[in-house]
Amino acid sequence: MSGFEIVFSGRPIPVTPGQTIGAALHAAGIRSWRTTRVNGRPRGLFCGIGVCFDCLLTVNGESGVRACLRVAAPGDEVTPS
Amino acid sequence: MRYDLAVIGAGPAGMAAAGAAARGGLRVALIDGAPRLGGQFHRQPPPGAGPPSQDFLRLRDRLTRADLHLGRRVWAVEPGFSVHHDGGTLTAERLLIATGAHDRVLPFPGWDLPGVLTAGGAQALLKGNLVVAGRRIVVAGTGPFLLPVATGLAAAGARVAGVFEASHRLGALARHPARAVQGAGYGLRLARHRVPYHRGQAVVAAHGDDALTGVTVADIDRDWRVLGTREIACDTLAVGYGFTPQLDLAVQLGCATTRDPDGTPVVAVDAGQRTSVPGVYAAGETTGVGGAELAELEGLAAACAVLGTPLPERLARRRDRAREFARLLHEVFPVRDGWRTWLRDDTLVCRCEEVPYRDIEDARDLGATDARSIKLLARPGMGWCQGRMCGYAVARLAGEDPPPPRRPIAQPITLQDLAAHPRRSPDVP
Amino acid sequence: MPDVVVIGAGVVGAACALYAARAGLGVTVVDQGTVAGGTTGAGEGNVLVSDKEPGPELDLALLSSGLWAGLAADVGGFEHEPKGGLVVAETPEAMTALTGLAAKQESSGVRAAGVEPQDYEPHITSGLAGAVYYPQDAQVQPMLAAARLLRASGAQVRTGVRVTGLTRSGDRITGVRTDEGDLRAGAVVNAAGTWAGDVAALAGIRLPVLPRRGFILVTEPLPEPLIRHKVYTAAYVTNVASEDEGLETSAVVEGTPAGTVLIGASRERVGYDRTVSYPVLARLAAQAVALFPALAGRQVIRAYCGFRPYCPDHLPVIGPDPRAPGLFHATGHEGAGIGLAPATGLLISRLLTGAAPPLDLFPFRPERFA
Ligand SMILES: Cc1cc2nc3c(=O)[nH]c(=O)nc-3n(C[C@H](O)[C@H](O)[C@H](O)COP(=O)(O)OP(=O)(O)OC[C@H]3O[C@@H](n4cnc5c(N)ncnc54)[C@H](O)[C@@H]3O)c2cc1C
Ligand SMILES: Cc1cc2nc3c(=O)[nH]c(=O)nc-3n(C[C@H](O)[C@H](O)[C@H](O)COP(=O)(O)OP(=O)(O)OC[C@H]3O[C@@H](n4cnc5c(N)ncnc54)[C@H](O)[C@@H]3O)c2cc1C
Ligand code: FES
Repeated sequence: MSGFEIVFSGRPIPVTPGQTIGAALHAAGIRSWRTTRVNGRPRGLFCGIGVCFDCLLTVNGESGVRACLRVAAPGDEVTPS
Repeated sequence: MRYDLAVIGAGPAGMAAAGAAARGGLRVALIDGAPRLGGQFHRQPPPGAGPPSQDFLRLRDRLTRADLHLGRRVWAVEPGFSVHHDGGTLTAERLLIATGAHDRVLPFPGWDLPGVLTAGGAQALLKGNLVVAGRRIVVAGTGPFLLPVATGLAAAGARVAGVFEASHRLGALARHPARAVQGAGYGLRLARHRVPYHRGQAVVAAHGDDALTGVTVADIDRDWRVLGTREIACDTLAVGYGFTPQLDLAVQLGCATTRDPDGTPVVAVDAGQRTSVPGVYAAGETTGVGGAELAELEGLAAACAVLGTPLPERLARRRDRAREFARLLHEVFPVRDGWRTWLRDDTLVCRCEEVPYRDIEDARDLGATDARSIKLLARPGMGWCQGRMCGYAVARLAGEDPPPPRRPIAQPITLQDLAAHPRRSPDVP
Repeated sequence: MPDVVVIGAGVVGAACALYAARAGLGVTVVDQGTVAGGTTGAGEGNVLVSDKEPGPELDLALLSSGLWAGLAADVGGFEHEPKGGLVVAETPEAMTALTGLAAKQESSGVRAAGVEPQDYEPHITSGLAGAVYYPQDAQVQPMLAAARLLRASGAQVRTGVRVTGLTRSGDRITGVRTDEGDLRAGAVVNAAGTWAGDVAALAGIRLPVLPRRGFILVTEPLPEPLIRHKVYTAAYVTNVASEDEGLETSAVVEGTPAGTVLIGASRERVGYDRTVSYPVLARLAAQAVALFPALAGRQVIRAYCGFRPYCPDHLPVIGPDPRAPGLFHATGHEGAGIGLAPATGLLISRLLTGAAPPLDLFPFRPERFA
C-alpha cells in the first residue's frame, strides 16, 4: 500500500500506512508540537507508548489525542493542543 | 456474551495465555489498547511494510479461536468481572492482567527537551513505525535493554555515539553461560557499527534551546555521584533505567502486591499465576520485570491454571530459570540514589505539572514527609500521566520505595463515556 | 511542657495551632500521619457562605471567610482566590426556594444577587430557571493552607505520632499518651477530624462523629478556563442537610488554578470503605455534563474519595468538654471544615486563654449529644 499525507498546521506530512501521527511528525523532522501550560516549553514524543502524555495534539478537532498512539489516517488535520 | 476468560494486554504474556486458553476450549477475549497485536517485544511494523517475526506468527496463529478487541483501552475493571474500555464493557468469569510495563525514567537537567526519548520510545518508533529516532543518538541508562535499542538504531542507519551504562560491573551475570553468549552477540554488533559501550557512565544533563543538541556524560561512582564530565553532541537521547510494571487494574481489584528485588511494586502470584483475588490472574511484567520469554511462559502457566491442566515440567523449568535470571538482572542493574545529585533547583521532576526540584524541597520543608504529602503540596504526579513518569523519582526523593499505584481511572475517559457506565446510579427522583 | 497539644495536623488543627500561638501559647501538634494527610488532603477547598441556612453555622462561616482573606494577606502561599459562587436552579420551584434562601441569608450579612447564569458562566447549560451569585464564596488550596498555617504558627509539629490515650489527674486531662511516649500539656485540643470520636473515646466520652464518603472527579487540565466560579445546583444545599445514609449527589463544578476541573459531590455513609464506586462516578459525570455540556468531551484523569467528619445534627463540635476538663474539641465540620477552620481556631484560642469568644458557642457544645 502506498503512502499518503496528513496535514500538520497547514504543512503536508508524508505517512507510511500504519504509522502513528507522532511517528510521522518525528520522521518529518518535527520534534515538538505542544507548548506546556506553565513555562511554555516545547514537547513532542517522550515515552512513545501512551503513558507520558507529552505528545498530546488535536486531530480533526478532537483534542487531547496521544500522537504516539493514534494511527494516522489519510487527510487527518493535526494541530497543536 | 460472557467470556470464560478476559485477557487484558496482547504482549507475549497475554497472547500466549489467550491462545492456549482458547485452544483448550474456553471462550476468550483478548483486549489491548493498541491497534495491533504484539505488545512491546513483538511490536509489529506497519502492515505490509515488512515481514512479521517468526516468534510473533507462532503466537498469533494460536489465536484463531479467541475474540480480539484491539484499540480498546481499559480504564477500569470491577469484580464479577466487568472490563470497562473506551468502546464499552465486556464481562468474563475470569481475568488475566497482562498489561506489561513502561520505561522507568529519572529526572535530570534538560530531560524535558524534545529529542530526549525513553529507550523504549525509541524502540517503539523503530519497531512499530520504521522511524529511526534521530541521526546522531546517545543511548543511556541502565539494564540489558539498552543493547537491543542501540544495535537496532545503528543497524537502521543512525550514528550511535555511545551506550552509557550506569552500572559498573556485570558481576554474576558474566558467569551466566547462555546470557554471556547473547551479550557477546550484542557486543559484536556494537563493534560492527563502531558503537562505544561504557560502564559506570551516565547522561547527567541534556542541552539545547528548543531541541536537543548535546548531552553531558559523566563518570559516576558506585552510588552514581558525578566524578568527571564531558560533552557529546547528539540530536537524540534514548534513555531508560529499567521498567515500571503497570499495576493499575490489578490494584483496582484489590490484588495483593509484593516487590521486585529492587523495590518495584509487582502483583503477587502463585505458581499458577493466581493473584490474591479469586478468579484474577496476572502474567508478564506485571508480576515482575523479566522480559519477553518469561512473560510468554507465565502466560502459558496462567492458561494452564485456568484450564486446570498442569504446566508441562519442561516449561516450568524454563520459567524457573528465566525467573532466576531476572532476579540476577535486578542485582546487576540497580538504580542508585546518587542521581539526585544530578538535579538542579530548576530541573523539572514532574514533567506534566512542571514541578521543579526546588518545589519538592519546599514541600519537604513545609512538613511533607512522604511521597503522598509531597504530591498534595507540590503537585508532582497530579497531571496527565498521573505520576507514571515521576512517581519513582518522587518516592525516592521522599526516601521511600514507590507505592503500588492507586488509579481508579487507569486511562483517561471522557465525561460522557464515564456517564454512560452501564450501572450508573439512578438519579434521585 | 507545651501549653497546648493539638491532635491532628489537618486544616482545623493547623488553624487551632496558629491562633493559639498568636495568643501567646506554646503549641505542639501531633498527627499519626502527615501534615494534611487526612480529610484535608481530599478536600476541594471551597470557603462557602452560600450553602448555609441562617443560623450558627452561617455565622461561623461569615467570620471564617473574613479570617481567610486576612490569612491570605499575612500568611499567604495557599492560592486564596475570592472567585465567588454561583448557585443555579433547574426549575422555577427551585428558583423560588433559592431566592427565598438568599433573602434570609442577606439578613444575616451574606451578599447575594439574582443573576442570569450565562452572564457569569458562558458555557453553562441554557435550560436553567435562574441563579444567585455569592461574591463572598472563595477558594483555598487546602493542603497548602494547612501546611502554611502550621508553619506560621511556629508550633512544634510531630508527624507519624499516634495518640493512644489521654492522661488524667483526677477528672482533669493532663496530656496525651502516644506511641512515642507521654506528652503533658496544659490543655488538649481534639482536632482529629473524622477520627475525633475515637480520640474522645480514649477519655471515655461519646462524641458521634461519623465518616461521610465523598468522591471527586478531576479532569484534564484545560488550556483555557471553562468554568470561572464555584458552580453548584440548589439541590446541593438539601443534600448537605440530609439525614439519609444512602447515596446523594448533586452537581458541584469548579475550575482550579492548575487548569483542572473538580467535579463533586457525593455523600454516603458507608464507614471507611475506600472501594471505588463507579456507578457514583458515572452519576457525577452525568450531572456535570448536564450543567456544562462543553465538558462532555473532556477527559477525566483521576478520581478519589475522602471521608467528611459528620455529626448527626450537622453542626461542628467546638468547645471545652465538661466531662473531661482540659479537653477541647474542634471537629465535625462535615463538608465545610476547610472553610470553617480559621473561625474554629480563633474560637478555640479564645477559650484556651479565657477571653470572650466572638460568637455564641452554645450550639457547638460537645455535650449536646449526651
Ligand atoms: C516501550 C517498550 C519497548 C520495549 N521493547 C522491547 C524490545 O524491543 N525487546 C525486548 O526484549 N524487550 C522490550 N521491552 C520490554 C518488555 O517489557 C518485554 O520484553 C515484554 O514485551 C513484556 O511482555 P508483557 O506481555 O508482559 O507486556 P507487554 O509486551 O508490555 O504488553 C502489554 C500490553 O498491554 C497493553 N495494555 C496495557 N494497559 C492497558 C490497558 N489499560 N488497556 C488495554 N491495553 C493495555 C499494552 O498496550 C501492551 O500491548 C520493551 C518495553 C517497553 C516499555
Ligand atoms: C470530597 C470532599 C470534598 C470536600 N470539599 C470541601 C470544600 O470544598 N470546602 C470545605 O470547607 N470542606 C470540604 N470538605 C471537608 C473538609 O475536607 C473537612 O471538613 C476538613 O478537611 C476536616 O479537617 P480536619 O482538620 O478536621 O480533619 P483532617 O484533615 O482529617 O485532620 C485530622 C487529622 O487527625 C489525625 N488523627 C486522627 N486520629 C489521630 C490520633 N489518634 N493520633 C494522632 N493523629 C490523629 C489524622 O491523621 C488527620 O491528619 C471536603 C471533604 C471531602 C471528603
Ligand atoms: S509519547 Fe508518551 S504518551 Fe505519547
